[in-house]
Amino acid sequence: MTASAGHGSLDGAGAASVVASRPALLEAREITKHFPAGRRGAVVHAVDGVSLALPAGRITAIVGESGSGKSTLARLFARLLKPTSGQLLLDGQAAPAGRGGRRRYARQVQMVLQDPFASLNPVHDVRYHLTRPLKVHGLGPAASLDESLAALLERVALTPPERFLRKYPHELSGGQRQRVAIARALAVRPRVLLADEPVSMLDVSIRLGILNLLAGLRENEGMTIFYITHDIASARYLADEIAVMYAGRLVESAPAISVTDQPAHPYTQLLLSAAPDPDRPEPVELSGRGSVPSLLTPPPGCRFHPRCPHAMEVCSQLPPPPAEVAPGHVSACWLHTPERPAGTAAPAERRHDGPPTRLADDPSHQQGRPTRPALRHPPFSRPRHGQSKEAGDEPAGH
Amino acid sequence: MTGQDVRSQGGRPLIEVRGLRVDYGIGPDAVHAVIDADLTLAAGAVLGLAGESGSGKSTLAYAMTRLLRAPGIITGGQVLLHDGTGPPGEQPATLDLLAADEGQLRELRWSRIAVVMQSAMHALNPVVTIGAQLTDVLEAHKLKMDRTDRRERAAFLLEMVGISADNLRRYPHQLSGGMRQRVMIAMALALEPAVVIMDEPTTALDVVTQREILTELAALQRDLSFAVLFITHDLSLLVELADSIAVMYAGRLLEQATAAGLYRAPRHPYTLGLLRSFPPLHGARKPLTGIPGSPPDLRTPPPGCPFHPRCGYAMDVCRTEMPAAFWPGPGGGRAAACWLHDGTHEVPAELAVPEPGTRSPGAVTGARTWAEAGTGTEAGTGTEAGTGTEAGTGTEAGTGTKAATGTRP
Repeated sequence: MTASAGHGSLDGAGAASVVASRPALLEAREITKHFPAGRRGAVVHAVDGVSLALPAGRITAIVGESGSGKSTLARLFARLLKPTSGQLLLDGQAAPAGRGGRRRYARQVQMVLQDPFASLNPVHDVRYHLTRPLKVHGLGPAASLDESLAALLERVALTPPERFLRKYPHELSGGQRQRVAIARALAVRPRVLLADEPVSMLDVSIRLGILNLLAGLRENEGMTIFYITHDIASARYLADEIAVMYAGRLVESAPAISVTDQPAHPYTQLLLSAAPDPDRPEPVELSGRGSVPSLLTPPPGCRFHPRCPHAMEVCSQLPPPPAEVAPGHVSACWLHTPERPAGTAAPAERRHDGPPTRLADDPSHQQGRPTRPALRHPPFSRPRHGQSKEAGDEPAGH
Repeated sequence: MTGQDVRSQGGRPLIEVRGLRVDYGIGPDAVHAVIDADLTLAAGAVLGLAGESGSGKSTLAYAMTRLLRAPGIITGGQVLLHDGTGPPGEQPATLDLLAADEGQLRELRWSRIAVVMQSAMHALNPVVTIGAQLTDVLEAHKLKMDRTDRRERAAFLLEMVGISADNLRRYPHQLSGGMRQRVMIAMALALEPAVVIMDEPTTALDVVTQREILTELAALQRDLSFAVLFITHDLSLLVELADSIAVMYAGRLLEQATAAGLYRAPRHPYTLGLLRSFPPLHGARKPLTGIPGSPPDLRTPPPGCPFHPRCGYAMDVCRTEMPAAFWPGPGGGRAAACWLHDGTHEVPAELAVPEPGTRSPGAVTGARTWAEAGTGTEAGTGTEAGTGTEAGTGTEAGTGTKAATGTRP
């Protein structure tokens, strides 16, 4: 999502500031990650100008399809990847640099990986896995080691602890392995837990156990959690806020219930219309077709426009700025931009099965103007937009 | 969709599985992967087979089609294929697939029973073009077709699943995951089989692609009226697309019912637990419990009912004896293998929710997407009638949802 300096209520850190009514513990500002691809200087635009804050003591979920950049974003937060540009702020300060700084950072921000079958070393037992981070970070004197290990295992509900300390990963079930992986992340007493699809490899009947464990960490210990998932229903269940990501950009962020009950962005609506839902009263009608674009040459303007049923001409020319559609509910879509560029109108008809959206409150929308007038040059009066005539590029100077 | 008889869903029985047993390995160390499975797939119906990993659902499908590889061994049972090609009115010819010889199987496979595998990347040959793989099956089975006919048919099949025929000359790696899975479906339908067995066909796909493929599949199934055995771990998906659902756990079928019946009124504690493991997309957020513990290791299965160590309703008898399939509820339209339903126990309220009526709004329309989609859909017809209908369905759907949340406290 583009930071939107001078954009109404979105002053400052763009969309993030709206979601974060609490102080942000960890924050990405305009963070971008491009991976080199091939010889001709081509790059994969994995994450492009994402601003997102993780408020302290809250669970923020990021939802997206594969290739949307959600895992790359998590790895940027974990500093496993170096951002191409942009800033990472911990407690409002730039993340500490240097080797020592990185270690200090890692003590506060820990990550849990997707596949507990791959993330634990098969030749080491649970005790080793949990002792290792303590040694690396110089924590936990030998005297109280056993106690702290037992306490750790109890926190992830692996009880009695002595039964598990000597077990090897192959002796544990998938759910137990993921609990060990979480315990390992908790060993250094971090403040932020980055959980990258922590339940997608697990059986359905044990997923809830892990999700409830994460919810308990937030509830009882005030842990800040970044939950990455492709399953919007689980995000709704677990998270306080949901951010939706598409092709490397944030498209919507809001309190969890608002995202699923009043989705504002057409992509979120598509995602919801595709999600399995036994309570759906009617057969599904997908709002939008096609597939995720190539990130080597992402579409200009809004990256969703080739699939969007409401696409207007402006959508293929300029990336939409984030706009607040309701308190705390931000959507990066030209439909929601209060000052829509001159000469454009909202599309007349919206075909959406779901609950009424904020779009419906938009009077211009209800009037239903069927025409989509051609955009004239130059399309915008505001200089901010004038800077970014190059399609697909973020406005410069942030 | 009257819920009267699970087994008469959609029409006459096409495949009947009776007492199927499958082991991996022999002797005392053998793992019983499928135990006494009874399943009936009706012609033109969609039967969902739900289960977690290791529950034996794929093994069951492979055994049914005699595709099981060593060390898997079929140790008992029957798989009866009622061939519907005979004259109408007469008793169709019946073949026990487990007793069939290789020649008979070769004739049946693909032309009567086709399989769509989970991983389309591995199921397609990476060094052969899509077109060649599609024509290969025609060449083997349709001896009368000549090269041009085969080519035309291959192009037709691709277009049928929503891929342009230009892709015939492309290789699997040039297609996206969703397109590859469509190619697999096109290949399975090449000879217009009566049954298509789909083993997690959309699990590896993104949710939007999954929905596109399922919608397309529903339309194809409606047009070509083949029967589908749809295997997945995602029960919430099955409720939407299947006519009836069988739930499998640790090698046993624990419950069978209509999709609506299973969702609105589960009878087996495991089914109830599974349904409570899927966070809903609507309504207030409530803590869900899931199911405590984890699925058993089939090398050392628990005695009695395999679910008893995780079951909140477990009684003494559950720890020693496996219950037979009981037929709870009026009409006996469904089966649940749980001691609670043997008639001598008081059934907890959440496992005795009345069977949804024929007019149960959400459920029936949901199930209709497969059975009768297109015929009874008023949605999207006209805006004039739309207001009235919408209001109606709105309230109905509301009650439906409420009923649903009621069953899932």
